[in-house]
Amino acid sequence: MKITGAEALVKSLEYENVEIIFGYPGGAILPVYDALYNSKIKHILTRSEQGAAHAASGYARVSGKVGVCMATSGPGATNLVTGIATAYMDSIPIVAITGQVSTSVIGRDVFQEVDITGATAPFTKHNYLVKNAEDIPRIVKEAFYIASTGRPGPVLIDLPRDVAETVIDFKYPEKITLRGYKPNIIGHPLQIIRAAEMINQSQRPLICAGGGVNLAKAEEELLKLAEKANIPVVTTLMGTGAFPADHPLYVGMIGMHGVSPANKTVAECDLIVAAGARFADRTVGKMDSFAPKAKIIHIDIDPAEIGKNIRVDTPIVGDVKQVLAEIEKKVAPKAKTEWNDFIDSLKQNSASNSVSGGLNPVEIIRQLSEKTSGKAIITTEVGCHQMWTAQHYKFVKARSFISSGGLGTMGYGLPAAIGAQMAKRDTMVINICGDGSFQMNLQEMATAVENNLPLKIILFNNGGLGLVRQLQEFYCEKRYNQVYFGFVPDFVKLAASYGIQGMRIQRQEEISAALDRLIEHKGPFLLECAIDINENVYPMVLSGSPINEMIGG
Amino acid sequence: MKTTLSVLVENHPGVLSRIAGLFSRRGFNIDSLAVGTTENPDISRMTIVVEGDEYVVEQVKKQLNKLVDVIKVSKISPEDSVTRELVLIKVDAEPHMRSEIIQIAEIFRANIVDVSRKSLTIELTGDKDKVKAFEELLKPFGIKELVRTGIIAINRGTNCIKVEEE
Repeated sequence: MKITGAEALVKSLEYENVEIIFGYPGGAILPVYDALYNSKIKHILTRSEQGAAHAASGYARVSGKVGVCMATSGPGATNLVTGIATAYMDSIPIVAITGQVSTSVIGRDVFQEVDITGATAPFTKHNYLVKNAEDIPRIVKEAFYIASTGRPGPVLIDLPRDVAETVIDFKYPEKITLRGYKPNIIGHPLQIIRAAEMINQSQRPLICAGGGVNLAKAEEELLKLAEKANIPVVTTLMGTGAFPADHPLYVGMIGMHGVSPANKTVAECDLIVAAGARFADRTVGKMDSFAPKAKIIHIDIDPAEIGKNIRVDTPIVGDVKQVLAEIEKKVAPKAKTEWNDFIDSLKQNSASNSVSGGLNPVEIIRQLSEKTSGKAIITTEVGCHQMWTAQHYKFVKARSFISSGGLGTMGYGLPAAIGAQMAKRDTMVINICGDGSFQMNLQEMATAVENNLPLKIILFNNGGLGLVRQLQEFYCEKRYNQVYFGFVPDFVKLAASYGIQGMRIQRQEEISAALDRLIEHKGPFLLECAIDINENVYPMVLSGSPINEMIGG
Repeated sequence: MKTTLSVLVENHPGVLSRIAGLFSRRGFNIDSLAVGTTENPDISRMTIVVEGDEYVVEQVKKQLNKLVDVIKVSKISPEDSVTRELVLIKVDAEPHMRSEIIQIAEIFRANIVDVSRKSLTIELTGDKDKVKAFEELLKPFGIKELVRTGIIAINRGTNCIKVEEE
């Protein structure tokens, strides 16, 4: 069958069972959009390319499939960059397709030319500049395989216009031969036995679940292991939802803004089973004081994470789902001990109060959590609202907290919510955001409305950049610089102009009814909450401190 | 501490820049890097001398292995290997100095590859120590220019660094 390179690309995407592409057209990618014209693949036109990349990421995280985004050359491609880097830091499988100028003029600085494979090499798992149209089917197959296996991540395919127009004989390959890429799935059996013995001997064990548990769909294996030996569980920010927050063994999130019982537990335990967690700097605080009394078992599919940040006693390289299941088989059942009682007592006395007499942001999250039974898919931006959400929304389902943890990308939440809602049409998707982050990608409200997505937006409006202000309070002796907005738009009117209903609340007693209205409303809805800018996120671990030394903990 | 790594990579365009980029963005120091195709023209072999402690070398190995184009990374131990570097040195050589320089070159089994009225260009192959000693001896004559290939290394005996065929 003779078809063009662009048609071969679209056909290859169909072979990979791609249902949705998030993208934005342009000159160099014209042949591909022409080929998409007759395809059954749905294309969602976002309002900026960054939105497309984040939407693909949100889609991937909720559906468990590879997300696909597409843009033209030059500025289209560079606008994808933040989204690709965000996906890379959180190990999210996406394939990004960019148009490129024709091969004959590459390197001559022609209109909308940029070296996007060079630019994205540091934060893609792999990337391709397609030189021959015959390679397209193989490259697409490899790209999806690389993106979705091992430690997942973004792969970029850069397709020059003339290559897209070249006619080839199409045949989709059945096999993949990548001699330089062979992810290790099965954990080493002896290491697994060692790990099980360490758990059996431990008096004060603790499981630390990271984003890898969500990615590997290992939440059931985790639950079984924890319950069998009554091991308490903490999560990292990215591990939020991997263990049900309403479970008696759940302690909470650890880290710079981790909850007090969780951070204290880490300091006291004698064994940490880190599952799909990479001991990020914001998670462990001062590296050499992290879990000083504990031996460490580190389960990760990426060998490069083992021993990168933290000394490890028993490393296990493998798929966390498989490894946890194997460990569970070998672990002896154990009843609750004093250790469990100690942690329960820590959990009893943790509360947080509002500084002002106004709206307490934590109370909003708590009520939302109750009213949705912890079952909504929550996306966030980056800032105070993100930390309050991770701390206080009781996520009971894996892959339902969708947030930019590694890169910390403001503007992630709204487009990610669009992708998430496209993946699960029947689940309530709520973007919790601050006024700073929301203004970075609010144009995507149009995408949501255009596609009839009943997205909910809860906007914490403090008229500035709360978390940066908090940093300046602690690290810059309150020299607040560029953290207060001199002008803030009327967000309810703004939403109305997009056809999104909204309301604004200022008092504690309005919370319940407002949340009811948001939840019951059929279409998209924006709830603006006036928050005092002095509302800080506590606990807070200062940089250079161990995580059990918390301010406000 | 210097460690020599032998890295087998796909002979694709852009591979060198991926590897160089990896070193710079992760803050690893390259002492030297030499690259060329192997007995299999689809595969290139890079010999990279890395500066760093055990932790750094371990991270370099693991991060290199994460690159899809990298097929195999092996550490080469100095005891069980032969390492060589080729240098071209242009020295000041007025006619009355020539014979002395040529004598030194002969002792080192170096070749004179170019002669002009005021200079000699010498080619020397050897391990790091030999090259260094040679360079020291020529310094007093005035080294005008020096260019080196970077170290390449191969294991002694039948031990080979190869891609396992499936």
